Amino acid sequence: MKHKVSTTVNGTRREHEVESRLLLVHYLRDVVGLTGTHIGCDTSQCGACTILVDGKAVMSCTMFAVQAEGKQLTTIEGMAKDGELHPLQQAFWDEHGLQCGYCTPGFIMAAAYLLSQNPNPTEDEIRRGLEGNLCRCTGYVNIIKSVQSAAKTMGGAKAKPAGRPAVTAGGE
Amino acid sequence: MIPAAFEYARASSVEEASKLLKTYGEDAKVLAGGHSLIPLMRLRLAQPKALVDINGIKDLDYIKEDGSKLRFGALTRHVTIEHSAVVKQKLPILAEVASEIGDNQVRNMGTIGGVVAHADAAGDYPTIALMLDAEIVTNRRTIAAKDFFKDIFTTPLAADEIVIEVVFPVANGPHKYIKFRRRLFDWAIVGAAAQKMNGGWRIGLTNVGPTPVRAKAVEEALHTGAKPEEAAQHASDGLNPSGDLRASPEYKKHLARVLTKRAIEQAE
Ligand SMILES: Cc1cc2nc3c(=O)[nH]c(=O)nc-3n(C[C@H](O)[C@H](O)[C@H](O)COP(=O)(O)OP(=O)(O)OC[C@H]3O[C@@H](n4cnc5c(N)ncnc54)[C@H](O)[C@@H]3O)c2cc1C
Ligand code: FES
Ligand code: FES
Repeated sequence: MKHKVSTTVNGTRREHEVESRLLLVHYLRDVVGLTGTHIGCDTSQCGACTILVDGKAVMSCTMFAVQAEGKQLTTIEGMAKDGELHPLQQAFWDEHGLQCGYCTPGFIMAAAYLLSQNPNPTEDEIRRGLEGNLCRCTGYVNIIKSVQSAAKTMGGAKAKPAGRPAVTAGGE
Repeated sequence: MIPAAFEYARASSVEEASKLLKTYGEDAKVLAGGHSLIPLMRLRLAQPKALVDINGIKDLDYIKEDGSKLRFGALTRHVTIEHSAVVKQKLPILAEVASEIGDNQVRNMGTIGGVVAHADAAGDYPTIALMLDAEIVTNRRTIAAKDFFKDIFTTPLAADEIVIEVVFPVANGPHKYIKFRRRLFDWAIVGAAAQKMNGGWRIGLTNVGPTPVRAKAVEEALHTGAKPEEAAQHASDGLNPSGDLRASPEYKKHLARVLTKRAIEQAE
């Protein structure tokens, strides 16, 4: 049996008839056509599918589309405004917070939630706040720098510099 | 991965949910946070015929002070327990346990009622519920924690019975929960809890058997004046854990002793 689901995705109202077993991530990618939200593991482990549901970071692979009825969803496509990257997107670019980029949408959404709860996180708080997101490329250091840099741009006053100094080319 | 097809209905009250469960019959399940159920459904290890979504029952999401007790509505999310000022003050061990369940994404969805009803051997709240003599209140009856966790994934809940709340005693003395795991967001390989209460100690263990364990031999040894390290030697008395990918039975017993000692020593 199909169910009607009405949601607001990145500010736009959406209404579809969906099967109850359709996962929210498949709804976003295959029905709405927003493929920025990635599927990394399909087992609730990696955080690549993280989006905001009513402002809270949620794994869209661990929720059915029918559960999103009446909710406000924000995906990576909803972050840039008027052609300008969101400070988190800009910071990931500037600080080399990505390599292959597969995990990046999930990291940015998880970081957006973190900064909404704690605009001024310490390095440890960032590490803990992003514990549910896995990256196989970067080694995380630049991701943490990116979040610190975005926190600064977004107005967090005492954002601390990254704990570990960058390795300088050619050594000391 | 795509779960098997199922019927879906939203309930707006406990009565409605119970009625829906009855109508769908044995193979229907409650859907709370979905963070144990949906992973199982994706792997088709669970194939319920119908899901009754209780997330719309707003009056199941609360934390209430009630004299010497704290009542947690079944739909209270881990994130709410983690940050609750009353819980931090009256039952701080539970706020600390909540803050270490999974990651932010898990804590934003998972519920206390779901953990209890699911009765995973590695669930964290069940250990605290058992050792503090919490009660599980359903739409039919009140069940003591010691009678609730029967076996792995097994509770006395009937197919159309719904957990309404979990009731803990206030306990704000020295306490510590240590969860041993390889990655921050993992489930416990073994967990040990210590809580000072009414002048004595309560000691609980996670994932050393099919159900949570209350380590009474450790409690008694402490009561008769044993030092933490001596008392903690009894943590593995009578345990018969099964091995898994992460730990052998011997290693789990070793962890039970070591973590119990640390939990008692670090309780504050
Ligand atoms: C990556 C990850 C890591 C995790 N780590 C931990 C961890 O370290 N410790 C831990 O304890 N948990 C952990 N969990 C599990 C998490 O806490 C789940 O949220 C929890 O086990 C189930 O709660 P839920 O609300 O999501 O329930 P659901 O998944 O919705 O339901 C679970 C079961 O309980 C039944 N049920 C739910 N609510 C009720 C009710 N009110 N009445 C009757 N039956 C009900 C359902 O029918 C189902 O059978 C983890 C989960 C993930 C995905
Ligand atoms: S795809 Fe959802 S957590 Fe990995
Ligand atoms: S940048 Fe490749 S997985 Fe993170």
